[in-house]
Amino acid sequence: MWRDAALVAGKDLRVEARSRVGVNQVVPFALLVLVVFAFALDSDRDTLSAVGPGLFWVTVMFSGLLAIQRSFVIESDDDARDALRLSGLDGAGIFLGKAGAVAAQLAVLEVVLALGVVVLYDVHLHGPVMLLLTCLAATVGVAAAGTVYGIIAAGLRVRDTLLPLLVLPVLAPVLLAAARACEAALAGTPADGWPWVRLLFVFATIYVTFGVVAFGPLLEEA
Amino acid sequence: MSLLGRFPALAGVDLDVAAGEVVLVQGSNGAGKTTLLRACAGLAAFGSGEAEVLGHDLRKDRRAVRRCIGLLGHATFLYDDLTVADNLTFAARSAGVDRSAAAEAMARLGLDGRLRDVPAGKLSAGQRRRVALAAVVSRRPDLWLLDEPHAGLDAAGRNVLDEIVLDAARAGATVLLASHELDRAAALATRTVTMAGGQVTGGLLVPREPIHVA
Amino acid sequence: MTTKSSPAVRVLGWLSAVTLALTAVMALVVTPGDVNMGDSVRLLYLHVPTAWLAMYVSFGVTTLASVLYLWKRTRSRFWDLTAGASAEIGVLFLGLTLLIGSIWGRITWGVWWTWDARLTTTAVLFVLYLGYLAVRKVPASPEVQSRRAAIVAIAAFLDVPIVHQSVEWWRTLHQDATFLDDRRLLDPQIHGSMAWTLFLGVIAFTLLYCWLLAHRFRLAWLEDRLADRAMQVAIDERRAEAGIS
Repeated sequence: MWRDAALVAGKDLRVEARSRVGVNQVVPFALLVLVVFAFALDSDRDTLSAVGPGLFWVTVMFSGLLAIQRSFVIESDDDARDALRLSGLDGAGIFLGKAGAVAAQLAVLEVVLALGVVVLYDVHLHGPVMLLLTCLAATVGVAAAGTVYGIIAAGLRVRDTLLPLLVLPVLAPVLLAAARACEAALAGTPADGWPWVRLLFVFATIYVTFGVVAFGPLLEEA
Repeated sequence: MSLLGRFPALAGVDLDVAAGEVVLVQGSNGAGKTTLLRACAGLAAFGSGEAEVLGHDLRKDRRAVRRCIGLLGHATFLYDDLTVADNLTFAARSAGVDRSAAAEAMARLGLDGRLRDVPAGKLSAGQRRRVALAAVVSRRPDLWLLDEPHAGLDAAGRNVLDEIVLDAARAGATVLLASHELDRAAALATRTVTMAGGQVTGGLLVPREPIHVA
Repeated sequence: MTTKSSPAVRVLGWLSAVTLALTAVMALVVTPGDVNMGDSVRLLYLHVPTAWLAMYVSFGVTTLASVLYLWKRTRSRFWDLTAGASAEIGVLFLGLTLLIGSIWGRITWGVWWTWDARLTTTAVLFVLYLGYLAVRKVPASPEVQSRRAAIVAIAAFLDVPIVHQSVEWWRTLHQDATFLDDRRLLDPQIHGSMAWTLFLGVIAFTLLYCWLLAHRFRLAWLEDRLADRAMQVAIDERRAEAGIS
């Protein structure tokens, strides 16, 4: 399982490194969203720094959707399921590999976005430990839950509309928790944040476990 | 391997193939040839019946089956952004085979020159077919499922393909070959089965001994 | 199973019709208006039963049926169709709950919507199960569809406690006081006839749920049989093509 996971993750990341879709399109898209939010809300810096954490996570979530969609499009588009099944790789391994690759891409994106938020929204970073733990748990949660739904939508004619419909409600608590935890960290009131961080870890654990168990059968549907 | 069962697109199949055999599956368009090959790879929905491929129960242990098969289908299953070498290495490694198999396959199909580091997406259709065949070779399969393998290959490529099929059979692998190029394919086959309407309607049109070495 | 509904189901239908009518009479005529809320309190006799049915009964049945479908020993089309039918009714009832709640909120609080914990959880559940129904509508072979749907149902269910917890904290941590005081509203320290009406409403809607479920299931079952027949015809044609009788 771990060997297969490493193989798949390595392959996916290599594809992304070669195609540069992430660097050329997803990252600019994410930064653009930050700018658009600033237009929509108010250029007033107080407003922006107050809503910064929320906007950051909304942006991560939308970019995450793109990353998940890409993750299955690269599997020879509509034959995604066939290609993965024929590979003979372990279902749980494929899940961990794909989710891992998505998480790695999101982590990079988060660093860029964090810079964007600091520069554009005048947010000052406090409580680095809590911020890091929040990012870690939320990223793993988004990647895991997203990958489970990604394979369901993969290869379907309606995948582009189905995936957000399935994923966004499931991720609603992640968005809430991550935004609140970051707010607490930035406000210097970590006591308010820890329950949220714990909730994020619970979410991540549940969906990673669920993916490991369910991905094989989902892939296998003939 | 043996296959006995009902699949939605196959009305009923009863097929027994021994190691070292090269079976030519012939029939008109829509006769069920592709579905038969996909069924062997566990890609078709199973209605009822049983199938045993390479000693594994296809209903229970599809993954074990898939690790030792190579399917060359209509789709090439290549990653457009990866180079030829990377694609083949991934194919070999996912079948649990050493990466040197990829190098051998490249050498055999003449891909070890300039094409080696070209992304698969930049290749011509014919070159992609060649790389797809190389990907199957890289997996060192025990069961080869070749669906119209001659299509899209040039003369040199076809000759190499024929050699590869014969070598595989000599090494004790099993080959199922669906083809419209009957002359060419019949020369390779130890046995021919005919399909129509999703059923195997005839067999043993070319009775020959299986190519068997040890 | 025949194409006609069974006598038991018809009795169920009559029972639910009678109890619903009784509830209506109780709610509109017998019970008094609330001291604070006036006549709008009568909406709650619809609101509370639909909410309870949608969230606990319907989605509970969907989850249970999905688990039973995935468990090899009890795997059958029956559970899959039950899960789907129950979720459809659940989404319908939950939609009604939100609608009635919204109308009630407008009258009582002066707003159509407020980000109260219970409302938010309900809304998220509503979209979560809309997604489930969307997955059921995606064309695929029956077996694939059933398995996919069952897995999605369980994934959705896993999310429910997390959604609930997060929304609960969100509101308590970030809103000083809602104008909704749940305890006063739902704690039945209310007029005796009101409590009875609410109780009757729950029974009436439970009967209605069972009746709808039976019918929705039967419809799905018949659709299934129709598809099977079409499949058999296709296989026969295929055989004829091969020249085999």
